[in-house]
Amino acid sequence: MSEFRPMASPETGHTEIMTLDPSLKTRIETRHVTVMYGQKAGVKDVDMPIYANKVTALIGPSGCGKTTFLRALNRMHDLTPSARVTGEVLLDGINVYAAGVDPVEVRRKIGMVFQKPNPFPTLSIYGNVVAGLRLVGIRKKSLLDDAVERALSQAVLWNEVKDRLNAPSMSLSGGQQQRLCIARALAVEPEVLLMDEPTSALDPISTQSIEDLLTELKNHVTITIVTHNMQQAGRVSDFTGYFLNGDMVEFGPTNLLFTTPKDKRTEAYITGRFG
Amino acid sequence: MRNLQARYTRDRLILIVVIAGTILAALPLTLVLGYALVNGFSSLNWDFFTKGPKPPGELGGGMAPAIVGTLIITGVGLLMATPFGIAAGILLAEYPDNKLNPTLRLLSDTLNGMPAILKGLLAYVLVVKVQGSFSGFSGSLAMAFIMIPIIAKTTESVLKLVPWNIREAGLALGLPRWRVILSLVLPAARAGVVTGLLLATARAAGEAAPLIFTAFGNSLLTYNLSQPMDALPLRLYAYAISPYEDWHRQAWAAAVVLLGLVVLTSLLARWVTRGR
Repeated sequence: MSEFRPMASPETGHTEIMTLDPSLKTRIETRHVTVMYGQKAGVKDVDMPIYANKVTALIGPSGCGKTTFLRALNRMHDLTPSARVTGEVLLDGINVYAAGVDPVEVRRKIGMVFQKPNPFPTLSIYGNVVAGLRLVGIRKKSLLDDAVERALSQAVLWNEVKDRLNAPSMSLSGGQQQRLCIARALAVEPEVLLMDEPTSALDPISTQSIEDLLTELKNHVTITIVTHNMQQAGRVSDFTGYFLNGDMVEFGPTNLLFTTPKDKRTEAYITGRFG
Repeated sequence: MRNLQARYTRDRLILIVVIAGTILAALPLTLVLGYALVNGFSSLNWDFFTKGPKPPGELGGGMAPAIVGTLIITGVGLLMATPFGIAAGILLAEYPDNKLNPTLRLLSDTLNGMPAILKGLLAYVLVVKVQGSFSGFSGSLAMAFIMIPIIAKTTESVLKLVPWNIREAGLALGLPRWRVILSLVLPAARAGVVTGLLLATARAAGEAAPLIFTAFGNSLLTYNLSQPMDALPLRLYAYAISPYEDWHRQAWAAAVVLLGLVVLTSLLARWVTRGR
């Protein structure tokens, strides 16, 4: 793609961040994000932009910190007593770790889809999609019905389940369950959707349907996806960050990072010499 | 394949030991049950369920006040124990870093191990002494003291069995933690929690000791919780140590009815949690 050309980012000073497209807008900007598990650093000093309405992939070998970094973005580490996050995660310019910021509000704006499909087992398909809305007090049936159709359509599940919305969520196949989880996350209309290896537990056909979905979804939300499948990162993402041992080694437009990596370690990984 | 043959033999041997052990453990229980059923069923009649006790020495009569009393005392006890027991279970399972928890766990374990008669004493001091009279309510309170630690313990353990990813899924939707626990985690553990409630009920319903100086016993039928109230275990005990043949007969019948209530409770538990 010719729209990208080397240019230093004024915000971070990272020379490897290149952008030409003037419509490109930063949704999240991380500054010196470090995640400590006790004395051990899971992620060290990561500065990274996440651009609005683009798909950003985080790649790297197992244990490199990509999931740890992803979970720092919507304060999921708050629940892990041993984990401590320092640095800033700016969502539209506001640090989500600032005093007085409610983590519940943060997670409302930054949704998440997990590695393993995790629909609420006690709720129906319908119940799962509206869980986020209903549990914050939205009761009006017409509103909920609209939200269900919209979210399930966005997640390309509507046609398969529209006649059995009240069936148990666990009656769906694994791929359908994962799309249900995506619909559930979309129903609360987040600005950003974080996806932690969303297809690693799925078969190739389900994987394809979710990948197709991402391209469609980025018109509505900003997507950050963790994957250790490089081909997947290449297929779905606009930008890629490569993690190794808790460091973000390189960040750039996916096509450039995959064809002309600047760092030897990145090159070694993408050419399959390790990982 | 000599080795394989030896393994088969060892497998057989261990199976036999396990089965023998099970039979040995179950035998006395079966005998007691059988004995109670044989003796009790022959003494069960319509009067037993509808009439009150007759004066000593007179034949006939029944245990209607005791049956009603047991239902009311344990029922009210359960209503009192449920919120506290479940709340304690939630605190222990969902907020492991809570500063109160070590104390709460110690308290719960102590209460669980405390003899039932001491719980009766506690209810006596708190209610009977204050009000100046025995009452069904004080009996219910003693029952609640028995039930709370059981409910707390079962609730804690079934909540811990709910996969962590349900909580994460809820939190990632932007739901507050209490919402996630009450609306998503607790329903996922519903079957276990209800089983715990019924287990606690069955356990408490059979206790006589804590009712001796609280509910006290009453030969007249009453629905009034501020009055002394009869209960099956109390009446069973009183009749069993009496010198009258007819009362011994009725005590066996009471034993069967108590057993029946326990069986009914567990059937109810299965029905409530059916299809899960």
